[in-house]
Amino acid sequence: MGNTDGYSYHDLEKLMSLMTGDEKHSFSATSTLDVLWTLYDSVLNIDPENPQEPGRDRFLLSKGHGPMAYYAVLAAKGFLDVSELEKWGEFDSPLGHHPDGELIPAVEIGTGSLGHGLGIGVGMLMGLRLRNQNQPRVFCLLGDAELDEGSNHEAIAMAGRLGLERLTVIVIDNNSASLGWPGGIARRFESEGWSSATVDGRDHEDIKTALTQSHPGVPHVVVARVESK
Amino acid sequence: MAATMRDAFIEATGRMLENNADSVVVLADIGISQFKEAGLYDRFPDRFINCGIREQLMVGVAAGLAKEGFRPLLHSYTPFLLERPYEQIKIDFAHLNLGGVFVSIGASFDSSLSGRTHQAPGDVGLIKLLPDFDIYVPGHPDEAATLLDVAAVDDGRVYVRLTEDLNSSARPVVPGKFHVERKAADGSPTVIAVGPMLDRVLEATAALDMTVLYATSVIPFDGRTLRETGATEIVLVEPYLQGTSAAEISGALHDRPHRLLSIGVRNMELRKYGSLEDHIQAHGLDADSLRDSITGFLSTG
Repeated sequence: MGNTDGYSYHDLEKLMSLMTGDEKHSFSATSTLDVLWTLYDSVLNIDPENPQEPGRDRFLLSKGHGPMAYYAVLAAKGFLDVSELEKWGEFDSPLGHHPDGELIPAVEIGTGSLGHGLGIGVGMLMGLRLRNQNQPRVFCLLGDAELDEGSNHEAIAMAGRLGLERLTVIVIDNNSASLGWPGGIARRFESEGWSSATVDGRDHEDIKTALTQSHPGVPHVVVARVESK
Repeated sequence: MAATMRDAFIEATGRMLENNADSVVVLADIGISQFKEAGLYDRFPDRFINCGIREQLMVGVAAGLAKEGFRPLLHSYTPFLLERPYEQIKIDFAHLNLGGVFVSIGASFDSSLSGRTHQAPGDVGLIKLLPDFDIYVPGHPDEAATLLDVAAVDDGRVYVRLTEDLNSSARPVVPGKFHVERKAADGSPTVIAVGPMLDRVLEATAALDMTVLYATSVIPFDGRTLRETGATEIVLVEPYLQGTSAAEISGALHDRPHRLLSIGVRNMELRKYGSLEDHIQAHGLDADSLRDSITGFLSTG
């Protein structure tokens, strides 16, 4: 892994630019940036030297679009060699325009097609339960438009009814769902028994507080609002 | 001996759960009552995960369990196991390179009374499109038991197609190998009977000088045994969409000029009900129709 000394949140734009060649990034990349940074900076228990350690937290980027922010955060935190960023999208690069867990050890699952991460996350948590591993948590990041996919609602229902308290979903809400979410995103989860928090998706302290708050006996959703697409 | 493939499946699942502590059964309602009746659910309550009627979730949850080192067995009626959540199988298992056992019941037109919503004769063709799936098509409950036991201890992706259309007796089953049911002289025309088609193929070809190969594994495809027949006239008789394994035959005989007749379920909306036998006849898969098709093919060579 690369030397991560000195990389801070303020270096992420520069790291992203190693991939894209300029400092203008798509909404799909920048909308997730602050949540990803907060997760890897102060929430997730994952060792960059051993990213598959069984007791780790699991992070699933279900919304695989615009992974430049993800790659930049992984590089800044030592999960990825910074030199790989410049090869983004090249034939032999492990860094595609959607992440592939078979190519990047620190990435749990390959995503890109929407609506896959949460169902897998529910299954991972059930597996951890079967093994009596009560410490690892599963975090799954979705986009508000990704919630349109019906598969998510199959998983939201089951997670709520089984009371998967080690599960936290983050929904990045940049108001990109074509038909909107009347009544709010959080209400969809609450109706299935989830706890919820809605935060400013650019405020690291708010994000951290919401991601680490106690929610005994129920799964938790954090709706992180950012600028509209 | 189990009387039906479903019975063989229930028994094999019991052996899997007993012998492999990392095995789990993931369902979408269908099948749960049979496992309860058999007492398996009460014996292994934590190892049955019923997602309700949520087939996409069934596949996603099974993939998550596989990520955590479990051996998931997924089961439902064929259209709901494979067609409804097809992209989940593609991404959550094939793209993520995870292993699991997919066991369907209700092959092709087993559910003849139910109409097209409960029929999926494209099942093997669909799974063939995904990399690294082994595909087993037993024709008898004993063969199903053997193949399910193999799938349970494998660590890859396996599809096992179960059916109510049965041959009268079991043959020796070796995954990835054809059974030589009848051997004619080298170079004689050869018919490949897949799974439950064997009895009708034997009746149809009883008076014909043909080698008969019996396939219960279609992926891997036993091109070697086919080549060893020396045949240049091949008839493929499949219990699902006709021509599903035609490409494998072409590949196995790529350097040998040959003719191929593919017989199987026709790609059509039949819009008929009636019995399984009615549908077999409607698709030209009864012994008389097979005989007519095969003799017609051979006479034009």
